[in-house]
Amino acid sequence: MEAVNSDAMLKGTPFHSRTSALCQSQNWRRWSGHVVAGSYELTHDREYFAIRSSAALIDVSPLHKYMIEGPDAARFLNRVVTRDVSGCAQGQVLYTPWCDEEGKVIDDGTLARLGEEKFRLTSAEPNLLWLHNNALGFRVTVGDVSESTAALALQGPTSREILRCVTDADVGGLRFFRSMAAEVKRIPVTISRTGYTGDLGYEIWVDSENAEPLWDALIEAGGPYGITPAGMLALDVARIEAGLILIDVDYVPAHRALIEDRKSSPFELGLGWTVKLDKGSFVGSTALLKEQRNGSDWQLRGLEIEWESLETLYADVGLPPQLPTIAWRTSVPVYGGRHQVGYATSGCWSPILKKYIALAHLHSTHARTGTKVEMEVTVEHRRKRAVATVTSTPFFNPERKRS
Amino acid sequence: MSYSAHYDAIVIGGGHNGLVNAAYLARAGKSVLVLERRHLVGGAAVTEEIYPGFKYSVYSYVVSLLRPEIIRELDLPSHGLEILPLESTVTPLPNGDYLGRWADHDQTRRELYRHSAKDAEAYDDYGKLMYHLAFAVKPIVAMVPPDPTSLSPRDLLSLLKLGKHFRSLGATQFYALVKLMTMSAADFLDEWFETQALKATMSASGIIGTFLGPRSPGTAYVLLHHYLGEIDGSFRAWGFAKGGTGAISESIAGAARRFGADIRTEASVARVLVRHGRATGVALENGDEITARVVVSGLDPKRTFLKLIESEHLPDDFVDSIRRFKIRGSSGKVNLSLSELPKFTCLPRDGPHLRGAISISPSVDYLERAYDDAKYGNFSRRPYMDIIIPSMIDPGMAPPGKHVMSIFVQYAPSDLEGGWNETRREAFGDAVIDTLAQYAPNLPGAILHRQVITPWDLERDIGLTQGNIFHGELSLHQLFFLRPAPSWADYRTPLDNFYQCGSGTHPGGGISGTSGRLAALRVLKDWK
Repeated sequence: MEAVNSDAMLKGTPFHSRTSALCQSQNWRRWSGHVVAGSYELTHDREYFAIRSSAALIDVSPLHKYMIEGPDAARFLNRVVTRDVSGCAQGQVLYTPWCDEEGKVIDDGTLARLGEEKFRLTSAEPNLLWLHNNALGFRVTVGDVSESTAALALQGPTSREILRCVTDADVGGLRFFRSMAAEVKRIPVTISRTGYTGDLGYEIWVDSENAEPLWDALIEAGGPYGITPAGMLALDVARIEAGLILIDVDYVPAHRALIEDRKSSPFELGLGWTVKLDKGSFVGSTALLKEQRNGSDWQLRGLEIEWESLETLYADVGLPPQLPTIAWRTSVPVYGGRHQVGYATSGCWSPILKKYIALAHLHSTHARTGTKVEMEVTVEHRRKRAVATVTSTPFFNPERKRS
Repeated sequence: MSYSAHYDAIVIGGGHNGLVNAAYLARAGKSVLVLERRHLVGGAAVTEEIYPGFKYSVYSYVVSLLRPEIIRELDLPSHGLEILPLESTVTPLPNGDYLGRWADHDQTRRELYRHSAKDAEAYDDYGKLMYHLAFAVKPIVAMVPPDPTSLSPRDLLSLLKLGKHFRSLGATQFYALVKLMTMSAADFLDEWFETQALKATMSASGIIGTFLGPRSPGTAYVLLHHYLGEIDGSFRAWGFAKGGTGAISESIAGAARRFGADIRTEASVARVLVRHGRATGVALENGDEITARVVVSGLDPKRTFLKLIESEHLPDDFVDSIRRFKIRGSSGKVNLSLSELPKFTCLPRDGPHLRGAISISPSVDYLERAYDDAKYGNFSRRPYMDIIIPSMIDPGMAPPGKHVMSIFVQYAPSDLEGGWNETRREAFGDAVIDTLAQYAPNLPGAILHRQVITPWDLERDIGLTQGNIFHGELSLHQLFFLRPAPSWADYRTPLDNFYQCGSGTHPGGGISGTSGRLAALRVLKDWK
């Protein structure tokens, strides 16, 4: 038999030597051509609870990362993303989507201003070509640093204490959505107070060649604070609780949508707050201005599925409610009366809220908070409908996230 | 803070059931006052920093059956309730081996197979039967017990429902239920398993808090209680509360306050005011009198009816049955502050076993011998222990790198031969540490602080009569419509406007809150 062609294999991240040694479950997930741990232990519960009650260390290296530099960097970015970059201070980080000319979301990520003329943009999908095309006429360079930069998310209530143990930088002074340069055990890193969990947490950006010693330093210092390597299964539950959307799951990137109906605008995804129409023209602004005036057809909202309703449906077949043990990522119909009024795209049992929650696209007619709708549930192979209440997100929003 | 002199309802005792009761009454719009003798609420569910930097769940240490409807209706997560999973149970053995049961099904099966191939398979069958039985028993736990001798429509209807419910069980399950009600835990488990450590560790859940041994008839029934939490498995009501068990009480108190209840600590009730066969309020130790339309006691039945109320106000036969109510304390607690983790000979490295329960229950004989000591008035020289290390699950319980250990110990009889005193208490603590050192030799050297709690302390410190952690033994003759006394299992009492909501009422035991909730519903129903 021929040896496996190494070009055909998925890549490990710069932390692979560490994560693979810990991944007892052999539960690997694909993420942008890389393999990352789905869970490390045989069950993922403890990794989830680490995010909420101690600290979780999550390898997020497969994110695409672009370094945007030059005298026009701010002006250029202001033209491509929906947030107002002109007001972004050095050391500030913006969460932002970006849109096509029709005002439909292409991707979303964080934009960190590392210097007067230097930004780092993260994205889920490759965006280099699109950035290049839009950079025409601006004095900027766009560099793809996805491979050369590794990233770790350190998330959870004890994450600040752990960072204090490994760096002299003023971690306590780092506010929500700010970043700073620092050294961790003499390794140069950037620490940003950002994350995908809705909890107190940080993301640490490091040159790939220093990835392993950074991992080791954090694991060692984090021991007394309950640091726990966590995989995608745990992260997925946390991000739903935080009401954070996921590309390809909660929305289809405009560039890849085969039909118009699959595309979503920022307003339709609950990201209206990121659209700064008064900052001047940007890609998609004309369409977005129109949508803002006319209103959106769709809204992405939270659903809380009522326990009593589930209990009744399952009691009919002689069972207590059977709930998913991991987050689901499928499209599930949502009804208002006899008509379908939307669809849920991800959902999970929230272990911390003790509630069954979902993110759903709803017709604006049924999207008001408190509206009762019904979500399809399959009870013993039969399609049933459980009562659900429309709620605002985030479902879980602890004070410590910002304090 | 100022308090008014009259309330719709006064709840005596700020334990978890009293708080649940107050929260439900306040939620229904009643003005409610909770009176707690100590400086903090929670009763047996408190977290205290007895040794600086180290937090102990001083008495009750795990949440087992906190009812999902209470979590939901009082929205306890929004008041800070977080239950962290305790995923495994490991039983170290004297020969240096161990028996583990883990979160992962395959891992558990492989581990059981190592001890007995048959047990590995029987374990799943047993789990399925228990699941069915728990599903069958669950409605009983959640209902106000009917009086089988009463001809009132309400009782008849409840009995009818109950009869129908039991007929819906298949024959196999029905017989299994009868066996559970009558057999000893050890005999019942003998029918299923051969591994001693497995039988012992499982039967231990049948003896916790009782003054019975694993071979005493009637102990099998409590095995079922363990599975009740499992049918609401996704709720993960089984685990350790972040911040210790006190955080559970705090979250319930938070809910009660949000609904408008007043909670007064350091307010010890001396007696219930009674006029013409009806409760009218309470008198505090400091002489203050507060009136209320309804008074609810969360204290145990003996304290409630024999101390707070002059016996002339109660029928003789009722007072008699309360006097005969079995409430012998049988367990104690040792809390440790540790400079390092224990190194168990059977699993010497740090690992997942330190994040779950560790059970000192190597064999049924071991447990029965521990009981033998207690039968004749001694504490067990080699006791049964259920151990957790909360700081491994919630690092906030101890300073970084240090740990707290919670050790539930049985047996420690309330009526120790010669009586309890400080010397005997420390001797009991020594027996615990000596026993544990056989399995984890580094433990004695790692102890920074030790708190030993005996039934004597439980009675003096938190008012549990004879130190019984369940407000009365969970044996069949004291359950359901017999708890705490025949004809008075519906949370009412022989006195008008006086109710009981503590663990001494149905269903009792553990941090479930059911007694508090059902009592509140009873009060509200009677209000009209």
